[in-house]
Amino acid sequence: MPVIHDIESGGGAPALEAKHVSVHYGSKVAVSDVSLVVPANQVVALIGPSGCGKSTLLRCFNRMNDLVGGARVEGAVEFRGKNLYDPDVDPVEVRRRIGMVFQKPNPFPKSIYENTAFGPRINGFRGDMDERVETSLRQAALWDEVHDRLGDSAYALSGGQQQRLCIARTLAVKPEIVLMDEPASALDPIATQRIEELIYELKKDYTIVIVTHNMQQAARISDYTAFLYMGELIEYGPTETIFTNPREQRTEDYVTGRFG
Amino acid sequence: MSSPGTDDLSFKRARNVKEQVIGSFLFLSAAVSTLVTVGIVAVLFTETVAFFRAVSPVDFFTGTEWTPLFQNPRFGVLPLLSGSFLVAAGAAVVAIPLGLLSAIFLSEYSGPRLRGVLKPLLEILAGIPTVVYGYFALTFITPLLRTVLPETDVFNAASAALVVGIMIVPTVSSLSDDALRAVPKALRQGAYGLGATKFEVSTRVVVPAALSGILASFILGISRAIGETMAVTIAAGNMPNLTLNGLESIQTMTAYIVQASLGDTPHGSIGYQTLFAVGMTLFVITLAMNVLSQWVMARFREEYQ
Amino acid sequence: MSGSASPLGGTPSANDRRRRLFGSIFAITCGAATLVGVLALVVLLADVLRDGLPRFDWALLTNFASRFPERAGVKAALAGSIWILGLTALFAFPVSVAAAIYLEEYAPRNRWTRLIQLNIANLAGVPSIVYGMLGLAVFVRALGFDRSIIAGALTLSILILPVIIIASQEAVRAVPDSIRQAAYGLGATRWQVVSSQVLPMAMPGILTGTILALSRAVGETAPLIMVGAVGFIAFTPTGLGDPFTVLPLQIYNWISRPQADFQQIAAAGILVLLSLLMAMNAAAILLRNRYQKDR
Ligand SMILES: Nc1ncnc2c1ncn2[C@@H]1O[C@H](COP(=O)(O)OP(=O)(O)OP(=O)(O)O)[C@@H](O)[C@H]1O
Ligand SMILES: [Mg+2]
Repeated sequence: MPVIHDIESGGGAPALEAKHVSVHYGSKVAVSDVSLVVPANQVVALIGPSGCGKSTLLRCFNRMNDLVGGARVEGAVEFRGKNLYDPDVDPVEVRRRIGMVFQKPNPFPKSIYENTAFGPRINGFRGDMDERVETSLRQAALWDEVHDRLGDSAYALSGGQQQRLCIARTLAVKPEIVLMDEPASALDPIATQRIEELIYELKKDYTIVIVTHNMQQAARISDYTAFLYMGELIEYGPTETIFTNPREQRTEDYVTGRFG
Repeated sequence: MSSPGTDDLSFKRARNVKEQVIGSFLFLSAAVSTLVTVGIVAVLFTETVAFFRAVSPVDFFTGTEWTPLFQNPRFGVLPLLSGSFLVAAGAAVVAIPLGLLSAIFLSEYSGPRLRGVLKPLLEILAGIPTVVYGYFALTFITPLLRTVLPETDVFNAASAALVVGIMIVPTVSSLSDDALRAVPKALRQGAYGLGATKFEVSTRVVVPAALSGILASFILGISRAIGETMAVTIAAGNMPNLTLNGLESIQTMTAYIVQASLGDTPHGSIGYQTLFAVGMTLFVITLAMNVLSQWVMARFREEYQ
Repeated sequence: MSGSASPLGGTPSANDRRRRLFGSIFAITCGAATLVGVLALVVLLADVLRDGLPRFDWALLTNFASRFPERAGVKAALAGSIWILGLTALFAFPVSVAAAIYLEEYAPRNRWTRLIQLNIANLAGVPSIVYGMLGLAVFVRALGFDRSIIAGALTLSILILPVIIIASQEAVRAVPDSIRQAAYGLGATRWQVVSSQVLPMAMPGILTGTILALSRAVGETAPLIMVGAVGFIAFTPTGLGDPFTVLPLQIYNWISRPQADFQQIAAAGILVLLSLLMAMNAAAILLRNRYQKDR
C-alpha cells in the first residue's frame, strides 16, 4: 500500500483522479494499481528511477497510450466526474482538454505561426487567430523573441525556444490540464530555468502534471510529488514532505540520491 | 470552442462519421491489392481448368512438342520450359558473378563518392525498357556472336541470355549490396583486429555473414529472368525447341504468350486457353521463387536480432 | 603472420606478399565487374545513338506510322504513351497512397495486415505479362472495354500499384513519430494527423516513388500487347475508348520488321522513349533535391 499524505484539493473538485490504474505492455506490467488525486491549479511532479513507469502513467491521463502498440490500460481516470476510459468518451476530445508536452521538442516542419495555430485550426476555432497565436506565445514567454519572425521555420529556433513553442502550441488549444514529460531534459540550464519560471506562471490558469528526473527541479516547481518505483506508487504527498520528511525508506533513498 | 462540461468528452458524432468514412476508403484501397491477387489466380485458374479439360496434364507437362496453333496441335510445354530455363541459366551465369562482385566493390571497396556515381549508373540499367534491350541484343550482341561463332542462328538463346543477364545485374548487385552493408561494422573491425586483410575480411567474414541476403538476390534475379518478356521475344526467336544449345533459336513461355496474343486467338478457343495455361505455369514458378527468396531473406534478418 | 620478433616495416614474408597480391587481384576483379555493367550501359546507348540519331528529328515526332520507313514517325505512339502515363497516374496514385496510409497509419498490427503486406511484396514480383493476362480477361473481355486506352491504363495501374505502395510506405514510415505524437497531443483526429502532418512530410518521397513507377509503366510493352494495343495506328487518340499504341510497342513493331531502314527508325523511336524517361527521372531527382534542401 502506498503512503498517501494529505492532498489539499483547495476546496474545489480535483482536476484529475486516477483510480487503480494499471498498464500492461503485453505480459509486462509497467504501472500497477496506481491511485492518486491531482488537485486543480497545482503542479504535480512524478519522480522515480528510469523505467519505473512515469511516462506510461502520464500518458494514461490523456489516453496517449491508445496510440502505443500493445499497451493495455485498466482502472479509471476521472476528469470532471467522467471516466476517460468510458466507452462513449472520444480520446480526441480528451487530448484537446488535456494537452501534452513531450520530452524532446517536436515542432512541426512549419512556421512558428503555423505551429501555434495548428491546434485551434484543427479544432475548428473561428475567432481571431492572430490574437490566439500571440496570447499563446506570450503565455509561453516566447513572444518577445519571435514576434518579428513568426513566418520563420520553427526549426530555426534554439532547442529551448522550440520547447517553449511546443508549450505555446499546447496552450493555444486552451486545455485545462497540461501534461509534461521531462520537458526540460533536452535543454541547457538557462533554457531549463525559463521553462521552470514558465511552469510557475502557468499554474495560475492550468493544472500541470510533470515528469522529471531532476530532484531539484521537482522540489522547486511542484506542489505535490509522487514517487514511483517499478510501476508502483510508493509515496505521494506535498512536495515539501516528500523531500524533507518522507515516510518510506525507498523514497528517502531516492530523493537523497542514494539510488536511481 | 465548447465550454467545459462533462458530456463534451463524448463522441463527436459528425467528426466520427467523417473519420470512419475516410478509414473505410483507406481500407478498401489496401484491399484492392488483395483483389488483384485473387483476380490473377482466378483468371489463370479458370482458363487453365478449361484447358485441361481438352488436354491432359500429363501430355502438357511431359510432351516434347509445342505446336498449339498447327492443324495437328501438340501441347507439350517442355520446349517452352527448357527455353525459359536456358535463357535464365545463361543470364544467371552473367549476372551472378557480375552482380555479386559489383556489390562487394560498392560496399567494401568504393568510398562514398565513387559509390554515389556507380550505384545510380547501375540503377539506370534497371530502368531501361526491355524492348530497348531486345533491340540491343538483335542489332549488337547477335551480330557480334555470329562473327565469333558463325553457326549461330539469327535468333538465339545466347544473345537473349546475355542481354537479360545485363538487365538483372542491378537486381543482384543492389540487393546483395544491401545485405553486405547490413553486416555490422563490429564484425569487420573484429576481423581487422586479428590482422586480416581487406580481401580476407570481405570474403571470409562479410560475404558469409550476408550469405542469405545474397542468395535471396540470386533467386530474385533468376525469377526476373524467367518472367522477362520483350528482350527474349525479340532476340531468342519463336521456335519451340527442346535443346540445350544456346546458339539455336528457341521460344520461352513469355515469348509464346506474346506471339499467341499478337495473332488471332478468339475467346474460348483452345489457343486462347493455352495462353493462360502457360501463364499459370509461369506464375507458379516465379511466385515459388519469390517466396523462396523472401524466406531466405527472413532467415538472414533473424541472424542479427 | 609475421613472427613477433621481426620489426615492423621490414621486408614482408612470402606469405604476406601473397596475401597482398590476392587482395589486389580481388579488388581489381570487383572493380572490373562493376565497370562491365557501366560499360554495357555505354555500349547500349552508343549503339542506339549511332543507329537512331540520323532519324531523330522533328519529322519523327510529327509523322504517323507508315509502311514507308522514310515517312514513319512516332506521333501516335508518343501521344498514346502520354495518355497512358496520365491515366495510369490518375488511377494508380490515389489508390496506392491510400493503401500505404492504411497500412502504415491505420491497420492493426495483426495477421491480416501482415498477409496484405506479404501479398503486396509478392505482387511486386509477378512478371508483367501476367498482369497483361489479367487485363485481357477482366478489362478487355469481362468489362467489355475492348482494345482501348482505358483497358491499357487500368492494366498498367494495377501493375505499378505495389511499386507505389511500397515506396509510399517507406516515405510515410520516415516521418518521425514525435510529429504524430505532437499532433495527437493537441487533440487531432487520426485523419487530421495524417492529412496535416504526415502526408505533407511524406509527399516528396511518395511523388519520387510514383514517378519512378510511372517510368516503368511507360517502358512496358508485353502487358499492352496482351490487352490488344496495336503497333500500327495512324491517328492520335481522342478518348478513353479509342484504340492506341505506345512508344515501346511501336518500337517493337519496327524492330520485328526485317528492313534495315525500320531498324533505324526503331532506334530513333528508342531515343524518343529514353528522352521521355530521362525527363521523368530528372523530375524525380529535382523533387528529391528540393526536398532535401528544405529540411
Ligand atoms: N511501447 C512499449 N512496449 C513495451 N514496453 C514498454 C513500452 N513503453 C514502455 N515500456 C516499458 O514499461 C516500463 C515503463 O516505461 P516508461 O517509459 O513509462 O518509464 P519511465 O519511468 O518514463 O522511464 P524514463 O525515466 O527512462 O523515461 C519500462 O520497463 C519500459 O521498458
Ligand atoms: Mg519516460
